[in-house]
Amino acid sequence: MATDTMAAPVTVTGPKIKSELMQQRVRAARWFLLPMLIALAVVAGWPLLRSIWFSFTDASLNNLYGAEWIGFGNYLRWTVLESGTVRYRGVLADPGWWNAVWNTVRFAFWSVLWETVLGMIVALVLNAEFKGRGLVRAAILIPWAIPTIVSARMWSWMLNDQFGILNDLGLRLGLLSQKVAWTASADTAMQAVLVVDIWKTTPFMALLILAGLQMIPKDIYEAAEIDGVHPIKQFFKITLPLVRPALMVAIIFRVLDALRIFDLIYVLTPNSDATKTMSVLSQENLFQFDNFAEGSTQATLLFLIIAIFTIVYIWLGKVNFDGGDR
Amino acid sequence: MASIELRNIRKAFGAVEVIKGVDLEVRKGEFMVFVGPSGCGKSTLLRLISGLEDITSGEMLFDGKVVNALAPSKRGIAMVFQSYALYPHMTVYENMAFGLTLEKGNSKDEIRKRVERAADMLQIRQYLDRLPKQLSGGQRQRVAIGRAITRDPKVFLFDEPLSNLDAALRVATRIEIAKLHEEMDNVTMIYVTHDQVEAMTLADRICVLRDGLVEQVGTPMELYENPNSTFVAGFIGSPKMNFISGDKAAPFNADTVGIRGEHITIVPSGGTWSGKVIHTENLGADSYVYLEMGTEEPVVVRLDGQNNYKSGDTVEISPMADKVHRFDAAGKPIR
Repeated sequence: MATDTMAAPVTVTGPKIKSELMQQRVRAARWFLLPMLIALAVVAGWPLLRSIWFSFTDASLNNLYGAEWIGFGNYLRWTVLESGTVRYRGVLADPGWWNAVWNTVRFAFWSVLWETVLGMIVALVLNAEFKGRGLVRAAILIPWAIPTIVSARMWSWMLNDQFGILNDLGLRLGLLSQKVAWTASADTAMQAVLVVDIWKTTPFMALLILAGLQMIPKDIYEAAEIDGVHPIKQFFKITLPLVRPALMVAIIFRVLDALRIFDLIYVLTPNSDATKTMSVLSQENLFQFDNFAEGSTQATLLFLIIAIFTIVYIWLGKVNFDGGDR
Repeated sequence: MASIELRNIRKAFGAVEVIKGVDLEVRKGEFMVFVGPSGCGKSTLLRLISGLEDITSGEMLFDGKVVNALAPSKRGIAMVFQSYALYPHMTVYENMAFGLTLEKGNSKDEIRKRVERAADMLQIRQYLDRLPKQLSGGQRQRVAIGRAITRDPKVFLFDEPLSNLDAALRVATRIEIAKLHEEMDNVTMIYVTHDQVEAMTLADRICVLRDGLVEQVGTPMELYENPNSTFVAGFIGSPKMNFISGDKAAPFNADTVGIRGEHITIVPSGGTWSGKVIHTENLGADSYVYLEMGTEEPVVVRLDGQNNYKSGDTVEISPMADKVHRFDAAGKPIR
């Protein structure tokens, strides 16, 4: 704020007039990037390429190295029967897959929507000054700090149809007429998963939004007070536009996480078609049903969906990862 | 136009009392400057007037009406902040129009007219479509002033508006603010600064604050000529007034003698005091000679034009008799 930088970001003017200093900087930058690029190539690049490769083969767990190329057959293949009807097979023709896609998208949409709304409210509260704010800030992070496996198990006990505390409370308070199998019933399984995920991840969202809120200078709220801007209008006209860059980044983090949700669903609602997501389905095929090639295909499709979504989001939302608009 | 009256105003933050009972009257259409060293409470006092801070005790009156509990937006004030406080996501036009669009009964044409009139006054019309980050510091400050003008306030509050600008821009903007005061002669202006030059050049009256209390209120010349404490005497005027105490002050029948650099003459012989030159500064139009003569700080003599004194020279000086300020042991003037 105090600086008077008049636009004019430093730009490298053409490759021709690169000074020695510039060249030196570029060289140094490359050296600094190298370790990370190598690490990424080893832990992310290679497995990804392997998995894409397997999706074009007939690999099985017993015979990974003898896998043979079969082209797009795992994705979609068809046979024409004698009667003339065409039979489609492969992941893209599998209703189980599309059910998983639908589940994943539904889960991602609702969980991120609620996490954003609740996270914003929590962040606004934490951004206000009150006694014991530090303590509350730390306390609110606890759900996020607990390992998912632990919190999922914890919730599955609380949601248990026979001795879960939620059913007990519901019955005692007269909210329920009979015990509900929250995680097992197809009607409520998705809601149960959503509730747990929202409980767990709202703190993370709140923290990211809080960081954005703290970037907003206090004095413009004073200016707004003198301008007579109503608090609700202050939120929509000042806070929201200014926190938008941080919010967009937070949302994309969460959406990417939500689209590949696995652990929570695996623990909380195993083998439920109502909640089975792309990751869960892919894992089952890869390691449980010995359909390694098909699992790889699903993993590849999941990767593609996430990649396309991310690109579209960044492009449409003009997300600025540099942080801050000022 | 509004007159403002402060009656025994106090403000405490927790256990710390920052304003310790201020009585002050700001007249209609007056340019009042609050000046004082950092921590004296001048900004807090301005924020109390604006309504951004609650008054702990005492009464604040605008035109005879108590406004203690009135929201800032209802006081008919506009404020220019040290940090500009522009809305970073709005263009200059939107920044200036934002307050007006919230008031009922302003047509779009009228808002545009008022914004453009203010923009013309400050010569920022060509920037109306830009964002604050595309402007320089001086331009931003003018937008902040423009935003305040469009509100058509009865009271204009400035909180150290020039302190983030460089020296040349500060002088230029200072002159613009002075012009603004002439053009808006029915608006009461209150201006906070720690810079006594700004206070002297802008103010109709200056209020010198010290430690949460009013030290003296008066026109710039009253403060310059008749400071009612060594604090005011030392704060107003540049270079700072020289204070000479002890034996050297005894002949004047005072504990401490205050004499400004411009009211000392160097005499060939028979001077009141003598001192050794330790440093000289030539500024072209005038020059300063710093003398070591056993006082806490060196004595500064201001001479017209240039001088040729060298460090180590011993010179004799005499104060102009009618310009000597005499103070008692408590720092109060002896008149």
